[in-house]
Amino acid sequence: MSLLHLAIILPFVVAIIIPIIYKWTKKIHTGWLVLPVPIILFIYFLSFIPKTMNGSTVETFQWIPRYGINFTVVVDGLSLLFALLITGIGSLVVFYSIYYLGKNKERLNNFYAFLMIFMTAMLGVVLSDNLIVLYLFWELTSISSFLLIGYWYHRERSRYGARKSMMITVFGGLMMLGGFIMLHIMTDSFSIREILAASEAISQNALFIPAMILILLGAFTKSAQVPFHIWLPDAMEAPTPVSAYLHSATMVKAGIYVVARFTPLFALSPIWFWTIAIVGTTTLLWGSINATKKNDLKAILAYSTISQLGLIMTLLGIGAASLHFDNLSDDIYVLAIVAAVFHLFNHATFKGSLFMMVGIIDHETGTRDIRRLGGLMRIMPITATIAFIGTFAMAGLPPFNGFLSKEMFLESLLNLTKLNLWNADTWGILLLIVGFIASVFTFTYSMIIFFKTFTGKQKAYLLPKKPHEAPFGLLLSPAILAFLVLFIGIFPNVIAAPILEPAVKSIVPSLATNADFHIHIGLWHGITPALLMTVGIVILGTILYKTHRFWKPFITTRVPKKLRIGKSYDKGMSYLEQGSYRFTMTVMTGWLRTYLNYMLFAFIVLVLGSLILTDSLNLKFENLTSVTLVDFVLAAVILVTLIGIVFSKSRITSIILLGAMGYTISIFFVIARAPDLALTQLIIETISVVLYLLVFYHLPQFSNIEEKPRFFSVKTFLSIGIGITITLVALSAYDTTFYDSISQYYIDNTYKEAAGKNIVNVILVDFRGFDTLFETTVLAIASIGIFTMIKLRLTKRRDKNENQ
Amino acid sequence: MKTNDVLLRNVTKVVAFIIFLFSLHLFFAGHYNPGGGFVAGLTSAGAITLTLLAYDIKTVKSMLNMNTIIITAVGLIFVVGTGLLGVFSGKPFLTHLYGHVDLPVLGDTSLHTATLFDLGVYLVVVGVTLTIIQTIGESD
Repeated sequence: MSLLHLAIILPFVVAIIIPIIYKWTKKIHTGWLVLPVPIILFIYFLSFIPKTMNGSTVETFQWIPRYGINFTVVVDGLSLLFALLITGIGSLVVFYSIYYLGKNKERLNNFYAFLMIFMTAMLGVVLSDNLIVLYLFWELTSISSFLLIGYWYHRERSRYGARKSMMITVFGGLMMLGGFIMLHIMTDSFSIREILAASEAISQNALFIPAMILILLGAFTKSAQVPFHIWLPDAMEAPTPVSAYLHSATMVKAGIYVVARFTPLFALSPIWFWTIAIVGTTTLLWGSINATKKNDLKAILAYSTISQLGLIMTLLGIGAASLHFDNLSDDIYVLAIVAAVFHLFNHATFKGSLFMMVGIIDHETGTRDIRRLGGLMRIMPITATIAFIGTFAMAGLPPFNGFLSKEMFLESLLNLTKLNLWNADTWGILLLIVGFIASVFTFTYSMIIFFKTFTGKQKAYLLPKKPHEAPFGLLLSPAILAFLVLFIGIFPNVIAAPILEPAVKSIVPSLATNADFHIHIGLWHGITPALLMTVGIVILGTILYKTHRFWKPFITTRVPKKLRIGKSYDKGMSYLEQGSYRFTMTVMTGWLRTYLNYMLFAFIVLVLGSLILTDSLNLKFENLTSVTLVDFVLAAVILVTLIGIVFSKSRITSIILLGAMGYTISIFFVIARAPDLALTQLIIETISVVLYLLVFYHLPQFSNIEEKPRFFSVKTFLSIGIGITITLVALSAYDTTFYDSISQYYIDNTYKEAAGKNIVNVILVDFRGFDTLFETTVLAIASIGIFTMIKLRLTKRRDKNENQ
Repeated sequence: MKTNDVLLRNVTKVVAFIIFLFSLHLFFAGHYNPGGGFVAGLTSAGAITLTLLAYDIKTVKSMLNMNTIIITAVGLIFVVGTGLLGVFSGKPFLTHLYGHVDLPVLGDTSLHTATLFDLGVYLVVVGVTLTIIQTIGESD
């Protein structure tokens, strides 16, 4: 157990301790006690920067070595970037939540325990090298996120959102587990590094594509890609710090992480490239269009998160092309990876600050509805500044960091049209157009967020609270993030060498050995096509914003109704519930006769089917004994009694006929020279007939058997089927004597070994006395059962007690 | 209405005894001839059932004065105990011992622990049958 392992486990340990401390420290806000944890971790992970610039750090802790499942932690560029985001934004969110959540109103112990579990889970996901451990932490993020979304569990919407996100992300998680197991089958290893090293060999395997699709399903569900994005808007029912942390900066990027992590392996296939690029751009467009129609600030941000995740996903898809070029000078597609990593970082900063800004507005005005907000710039100047930086960075305007990554995004799309691989040069233009349109909508909703909230007329009469500027504590975290947005926007190269470069190198392994590879992000690099596109985006976006109220009804009312995926989820769930309910109600009728029919039918199908399919129907009549007249007579008697039983209309007749049949069988035993059996059969038949008469004497009179048994019913067919099946099996089994009977041994040894002459009895009590032992036990149990059933009448006694 | 079934009762007195003797015969002859604990048990129970029919449950109970479930239990103890005899003599469970023993009164006698096992079966069958018939007969 190294320090790194302890670092991952630390928040979890704190999560265990929090509820205990919470009881004793009612005076202090629990958040203050939690705050040091992410800060310490952040500083600790900062110390890895020099190491990851030159290579990766690996620590192993043996967990289940027998199955190759070890808690191996690897810190390379990609993991470190994520770890820094998780701990850094984690610290800010914890600080923010101290001021956001009231000390006495909320169950803080739950909140911080869930949050810390989530932090451990997230660190575990990004730092694990072992697939199974990764999956473990992956599910832990789903569970802790479920708990956090449902934090205000008394609200119906919260519970709905939590359940929805759980269903979708766990579905994806399970798919991903399937993919991981396939990877293990192909490589016999759970270690990601070993699997990536064997990528060339795996890519020819038949399981390669299924594994890829399953892992992508996991990544898409977690990262809210179309059509799995529907859980994210509903997850906005969580407290705002949670939304800021989980649903903008960290958890939704877990899918991005997995895609980036497996890029060196799966990028060898064009399916990977196209799937990610198409799903990414679709998500980008879908999210940005939907964001413009929402009235709730948080919903706009949720859709904008979806859209931005789609953007990063697209970039990773395009970046997959870079693995197909060895010559670096040709390799303009690494730029896409750089852009993805850079935008990942940027998005975490500005989206975090925007969520916190929305939280402040919600906190100070009591609403998040943009129709009721407006003109807050005067009242909340600092919040407005933060919002300005965040929204303009999101829209992709200089001098903020969003501008740089958006430029790189557009350039990557432009490069795509030049890609001479997989028909990308012909179809890539479509992606470029979609990306451009989505960027226009992105610009539009960013403007909506800022201008509708902070400019225009003030509608104080619509606000539940009298608005005022937020306290310092609430403002600090978003201010730090906004400062980062601005700072990185102006000095992007500060993070280029220490953080982005190692991250890109771990996504594109061929660069790792290349000493010449350096990222340089220029704020100004001449009038490029990308810049011109940005100008176009700004112009078109402004027009769209100005005409927003004209076209908004169109997309809210007409278009989405057919395309609303959330609706089909709800419908699907209710169909699933109703369908299974209906299925159960039709199949499980509660009638024993129905179940008996099922069983008999299954028996016929299975036995007769296997008899025919395995060609074991074997009707030979060679070793038969001769049949005498007595046999015929007895068989005829049995047949007659049988028909009588089936068609008799009175119970007494049936019972007597049953007795007659039993006696005939005992005569059969006599003929077959089985005196013991004949004796026993006679007496048992007598006793059972007596018992039948006793029992049936107490039954109510016949009334329901009056109905004539229909001849052609399911029952008839099943009975005939069973009869035929058993007969065929018996006849087929009759002649197949593979071995001599063992009875000769008994004949020889009954007297010699067991000192008896009645073979049957000697077998019963001596050779195979064990069976007899338990048959007597069965009898004893039966008698005690009858005794208790008749004597023990608890309900009656209780009634008596109640009457007294 | 109480009928006077003196004939039935008197015949029962004789016949039940004969049936009982027959069942003893079946029991002891079981190892060499048809019969054995099971049939013997059923036959004994038949004798008692006959008395039950001729008289009534109370009379039979006072005649037997035994809890039928205890008979079953004792039978099971016999069955399992015989098996354990083999274990105690260092052989597998249910290994029967037999041989000639010189008893004081009977002289040289051939004995077999399978008889004890059969006795257990006998008792269980008697107990079970009587329990069933009595409980159903008594219930209303």
